[in-house]
Amino acid sequence: MNAFTSLLVRDMRISVRVGGGALMGALFFLIVVTMMPFAIGPDLALLARIGPAILWLGALLASLLALDRLFATDHDDGSLDLLMMGGLPLELAVAAKAIAHWLTTGLPLVVITPVLGLMLNVELGAMGWVSLTLLAGTPALTFIGLIGAALSVALRRGGLLLAVLVLPLTIPVLIFGVAAANAAIVGPAPFAPPFTILCALSLASFVLGPIAAAATLRHGLE
Amino acid sequence: MPVIDLANPTRFLSIISRVLPWLAAATVLLFAFGLARVMTAPDDYQQGATVKIMYLHVPTAWLSMMCWGVMSMAALGTLVWRHPLADVAGKAAAPIGAAFTFICLITGSLWGRPTWGTYWVWDARLTSMLVLFLLYLGVLALYWTAEDPGRGSRAAAILALVGAVNIPIIKFSVEYWNTLHQPASLFRKGGSAIDPSILIPLLIMAGAFTLLFFTLHFAAMRNEILRRRVRSMRLMQAQELAKARS
Repeated sequence: MNAFTSLLVRDMRISVRVGGGALMGALFFLIVVTMMPFAIGPDLALLARIGPAILWLGALLASLLALDRLFATDHDDGSLDLLMMGGLPLELAVAAKAIAHWLTTGLPLVVITPVLGLMLNVELGAMGWVSLTLLAGTPALTFIGLIGAALSVALRRGGLLLAVLVLPLTIPVLIFGVAAANAAIVGPAPFAPPFTILCALSLASFVLGPIAAAATLRHGLE
Repeated sequence: MPVIDLANPTRFLSIISRVLPWLAAATVLLFAFGLARVMTAPDDYQQGATVKIMYLHVPTAWLSMMCWGVMSMAALGTLVWRHPLADVAGKAAAPIGAAFTFICLITGSLWGRPTWGTYWVWDARLTSMLVLFLLYLGVLALYWTAEDPGRGSRAAAILALVGAVNIPIIKFSVEYWNTLHQPASLFRKGGSAIDPSILIPLLIMAGAFTLLFFTLHFAAMRNEILRRRVRSMRLMQAQELAKARS
């Protein structure tokens, strides 16, 4: 397991150093959420009602934009080839990279969610629950996006292709995430069913995402 | 001594090391005086003691805008004269400006809770302050992303100048947006005229914060110059090591 953790630590170190852009996703999240009221209007009652949806869409877009860097820089400098030839199974290597990516780009989104929720007039008592849905759901976004990142690096096309590939796959996460957040704020539907489905989506994508991404990289880069 | 001599980084460092303790002492003194005046200033008859937040809120708001002005002047120096000290001045000002804007937003939101009943309102002033904060974060992100300091600071200088042109436009459009969607009845901006018993402490606090800005700015400039020297020394050392090995 030593190679696994050292790869994880290496990826996290790269992303927090100069040029890594670990907090860029969180900054993008803040800006997207700020832009929404300019389009919708400063009506606090309306913002409170659609607040969870705005938060979830913002988190989805922010984690999507960060995906571009997951394999691209390693592919450019050749370290991806070394990883593929190395002793660590490619599935595990990809999983380590994904976990490091989530810790540096997904977790900051969860951390700043309460502040953004405050700006959207989301009820203070429900803020913890809304953050909890993002904590449970953003790993799924990263692990599903992993497949798209692998595809786009194999095809040497980044940017919009990645979004087109990944966004449809994240629809279930969005549905159950917003459902759980809304249940926590307004009810009357119970919080547990959508939340447990959200956790299930994260866990399933944690298993399937690295396998699919490793297969994509093997086929694409040979 | 001509002003141009100040632009030499080494001379700048020696002058800074002489001026900075005095400046810091003056800042502390003015803050002590200002805070004493603030504590004795009368409370607002409607808001009570919460009005004292204003003495932090308003000066930081002023300074957050002045700091962008400093950054734009430094940006001109960077782009027109390619002066390294202007680079340093711009880079040192950005985080301080972001911090002042952040303090302004935080105090505003803490003030809003007892007076308006909510931490955040999408009011024109608050919102344009938030946009200013986002612009500062953008500049910081640019410095943070650029691997070569020189190239990063030129890019940030262009961004600072674009911001200087754009900030009034943003402010205007945000005001248009806000009045378009709701009447100004949500809350009324300030009192009509400020009483001298409140205005004078406010001005003293503004002066103290301005001194604080210059103290922090000079200290940050000194640190940045030293940081760049350390960086170039390390690069030279690495080159010599590489030469010795080959």
